[in-house]
Amino acid sequence: MTHAAHAPTAHYTSMGLDSRKMAFWAFIGSECLLFGSLISTYLVYKGRSVVGPYPHDILNIPFTSVSTFDLLMSSLMMVLALAAVQRGDMKWGKIWLFSTALLGLVFLGGQVIEFTEFVHKGLTMSTNLFGCTFFVLTGTHGAHVAVGVLWLLTLWVRALQGRLGPANAMTVEITGLYWHFVDVVWIIIFTVVYLIQ
Amino acid sequence: MTDTSRVRLWLVTLALALSGCAGPFPQSTLRPRSDFAQATDSLFTDIFWWAAAVFVLVEVLLVVALVRFRHREGRPAPKPAHGHTLLEIAWTLAPAVILVFVAVPTVRTIFTSSGEAPADALKVEVIGHQWWWEFRYLDLALTTANELHLPVGKPVRIGITSADVIHSFWAPLLGGKRDAIPGQTNYIAFRADSVGDYSGQCAEFCGVSHANMRLRVIVDSDTAFGAWAQAQLGPPATPPKASPAEQGRAIYARSACIGCHLIQGVSAGVIGPGLTHVGSRTTIAGGILPNDSAHLAAWIADAPALKPGSLMMRMKPPLSDADIAALVAYLQSLK
Amino acid sequence: MKSWLTTTDHKRIGLLYFWTAFVFFLLGGIEALVIRLQLAQPSGHVVSAETYNQLFTMHGTTMVFLALMPLSASFFNYIVPLQIGARDVAFPRLNAFSYWVFLLGGLFLNASWFVGPLFKAGMLNVAPDGGWFGYANLTERQFSPGPNIDFWLLGLQILGISSLAAGFNFIVTILNLRAPGLKLMRLPVFTWMTLVTQFLIITAFPVITVGLVFLMFDRFFGAHFYVHGAGATPLLWQHLFWLFGHPEVYILILPAMGIVSEVLPTFARKPLFGYTVVVYSGILIGFMGWGVWSHHMFAVGLGPIADSVFAATTMLIAVPTGVKIFNWIATLWGGDIRGTTALHFAVGFIAMFIIGGLSGVSHASPPADLQQTDTYYVVAHIHYVLFGGTIMGLFAGIYYWWPKMTGRLLSEPLGKWHFWLQFIGMNVAFFPMHFIGLLGMPRRIYTYSPDLGVSDLNLVSTVGAFLIAVSLLVFIANLWRTRSRGETASNDPWGGATLEWSIPSPPPVYNFSVIPTITSRLPRWRTELHAPMQDPPATPPGPIHVPGGSWWPMVAAFGLPLMALAPLTHTLWLAFVGAGVLIVGIYGWAFEPFEV
Repeated sequence: MTHAAHAPTAHYTSMGLDSRKMAFWAFIGSECLLFGSLISTYLVYKGRSVVGPYPHDILNIPFTSVSTFDLLMSSLMMVLALAAVQRGDMKWGKIWLFSTALLGLVFLGGQVIEFTEFVHKGLTMSTNLFGCTFFVLTGTHGAHVAVGVLWLLTLWVRALQGRLGPANAMTVEITGLYWHFVDVVWIIIFTVVYLIQ
Repeated sequence: MTDTSRVRLWLVTLALALSGCAGPFPQSTLRPRSDFAQATDSLFTDIFWWAAAVFVLVEVLLVVALVRFRHREGRPAPKPAHGHTLLEIAWTLAPAVILVFVAVPTVRTIFTSSGEAPADALKVEVIGHQWWWEFRYLDLALTTANELHLPVGKPVRIGITSADVIHSFWAPLLGGKRDAIPGQTNYIAFRADSVGDYSGQCAEFCGVSHANMRLRVIVDSDTAFGAWAQAQLGPPATPPKASPAEQGRAIYARSACIGCHLIQGVSAGVIGPGLTHVGSRTTIAGGILPNDSAHLAAWIADAPALKPGSLMMRMKPPLSDADIAALVAYLQSLK
Repeated sequence: MKSWLTTTDHKRIGLLYFWTAFVFFLLGGIEALVIRLQLAQPSGHVVSAETYNQLFTMHGTTMVFLALMPLSASFFNYIVPLQIGARDVAFPRLNAFSYWVFLLGGLFLNASWFVGPLFKAGMLNVAPDGGWFGYANLTERQFSPGPNIDFWLLGLQILGISSLAAGFNFIVTILNLRAPGLKLMRLPVFTWMTLVTQFLIITAFPVITVGLVFLMFDRFFGAHFYVHGAGATPLLWQHLFWLFGHPEVYILILPAMGIVSEVLPTFARKPLFGYTVVVYSGILIGFMGWGVWSHHMFAVGLGPIADSVFAATTMLIAVPTGVKIFNWIATLWGGDIRGTTALHFAVGFIAMFIIGGLSGVSHASPPADLQQTDTYYVVAHIHYVLFGGTIMGLFAGIYYWWPKMTGRLLSEPLGKWHFWLQFIGMNVAFFPMHFIGLLGMPRRIYTYSPDLGVSDLNLVSTVGAFLIAVSLLVFIANLWRTRSRGETASNDPWGGATLEWSIPSPPPVYNFSVIPTITSRLPRWRTELHAPMQDPPATPPGPIHVPGGSWWPMVAAFGLPLMALAPLTHTLWLAFVGAGVLIVGIYGWAFEPFEV
């Protein structure tokens, strides 16, 4: 995924669009169906749990709002990172890449705290339908964030080694696409699961 | 029977005769014996003729093209035709028009066969189990298994559900199938138009013995149905003193049988089919075996050998042959 | 050997796909023969009920996921880059990854036949046994306690990754690597149908993945996605499965339609009639395939409104399908038809697919379907579509492109024997199934009563199945004979119009010595407006860089079955090992010097 320093295709491209970027857009389209199915299932099963705890017993909106804000900020960092790499400012490129990854880690930490608290309050995947749908939906999203953090840290290490420069701006741009997508999905999940109860 | 369906039946019969086949076809979907089955059958007949016409047209065109335009030495190179707008519009519209002729009666039949029945309809609840059927007559407070008795000419509304996995209730001569889904009740409604013994079976794969989950629907005259219901509502027969049947009842009462089966006043199990009037049924084991002493004995001795996966285990320790014979006598006495 | 293990050449990967899928195809066929032996007579005792249930499940799963899809993929791989004038696919290593994941996923699924003893069961005891659409809640741990369903749900998830990766790859390849001048509306129809298929794959597979993930959590972690006692409904599975499953039907048929659209013009020596309409109807079929899934569920009680809507959308699909059939016939009409084996199979496709299409219309009508669904009538329908359609089309492609892929022409006389035996065999095997179903025999039963009156019809069907087997033996003999004694193929043995015929058979590793510039839809034919193109020179004017091989796609692929073994064997550390292998593979892949 994160390619070393060489042009992705020596070919002429028919659509004038970088092949990796196009593949990534197709991937995002596919991911939409994945999250679409998960979110639809959550909605279809909403209110059908036969035992508690129910969403309103357990969801901590202020806490998750902070997490959401954190993830939004990480998207801003990502934008700054890409801009820095594109203009060849690798000092700030490194800083912003690392900040994006760090905010991602903070989000994951928040999710770990949230999950642990829910388990203590008696909500696991086998408790009720809310547990099933909640953990699988937010867990799948969390796994996506974790992959993104790993990816960002890899880029950051490459940058520290001096092997990431403006020539790799496309790599950073694609990373950004992924990161923004994961962020947007979270906004939807936050709205559907937390805000509209 | 309409003319067209007569022709179609004749065609089918011809095909069967050619393959050396004969017989009454107890599960044929082409011999409707209720208003519901009649409606689906005439719809199928319509579609069949449209399909047959399209089939003949396409195959004839194909064969003509192949024969007429096959390669010949010296034939000039074909004219490169890239398309013909009018023709293409025509063969886009033609199937669309045919489909309208199929769709309109389809939608009409969907609504007439959606399981609605008059308020005075006989209401039966069908519950699928791995691998047998339970039938509950809601107004009669009557429960039986595997053999459904219905009065001829009376509207019937059947609610279908399941106690475990998904099954599908299907008695083809009386109408289409509906799935038996846990947590949900589906309905079919019909009026059987002739007395008879109709066979059917589970149509949704439901585990090891899916093939062995059969059923019968016995459509009786009004009086016969009334008499049957009366008998079913009565208490189980009491075996005469010192008969093998009485001995069998004692064995039954101290065996594992009572854990799963219900005989009024004797045992209260609910997992297997109720046996209060098991002697009045014509089949056992989910409709796969005749209800006679030999089969009953074999079934009691080792059910899973006759029906793979059967939840009725081999008895541990095994019953002696004499005990089984006594049990058979008892069960057969429960008319 | 090493060069095959590390290959990233689309042509070699295409051949790997072909041979692997062909072996799985034979395996699925053997499963079918045992099924037919069991049903040759009522109350058959060839296999037990348990074994029979595994056989029909694995027959369906194997044919759909391990035979037909990858056989199509072998043509996507080999032919599409040649048809668009490219030197390889957009992501050669991702392509190798797709192949290895497919191979390992297929082996994982089929290992279930032999590893019973590891699960304290006999051989032939732990293969999947819930049917190829594995309806919940039968697949829940409560009702299927063994590892059978685990193999199925984990194997399918692995295979899904293979298809998705290939999907992204071919979408980009077709959209982005076309030779100069090869506009979208100049693409060969096979390439077009490949493109539509890939879009269906990348949108349909995530949905079944979600369904399988739910099932996995239910079975391993005590979740309740399909457990009605917890307020859920087992119907969720059916919705998710068929949301995937119906597009999947088009994933299986569209490539074959594409092949037919290539073969007919070549041998009728006439351009495809109504190219634009054929392409658009293919796209339309792809779109409409998303709006019809509930027609597999007319018996589950969706209510009259939903039934009516899905009946209408389903019938509508018949329109673009019918349009294609009429355009194919019009292509033949007025042509100069050479009756090669490839043409026989292409015409066989039309003649047989129409039967499957028409029986499809009869179960698009919900009340009629209530008598047909889950009976042998539906079995007849899917076999006319997938055997009479897809397999006929794929064989047309094999006879058509074999010389391009291997440099040797398959024997035409043996090919004709193969065709006629297969054509007769399939009709003898599958036509009686219409009657068997209408006479009331449900599908998926290991035994039936002689009273049903369908014993003779079943015997006839079994005879037909063995005729098909004989036809395949003829085909194998043809492949064997062609290896050494086949006639050597020139660049263009058929007089084809498309780019793949402008280069040697088999093509050199770089495909095109000079990337051609395209000015028409039929570049190699003379049309009213265009002279035929100049074929690329036999030797390249300058050195051409060809990417080297890579071990990393295979290494990464090995991580997936390792991870799948973790839940199967309840061994947590395997999950970490698998994830580790996958990550090492991806890093090795990302950072190795590899010039595309």
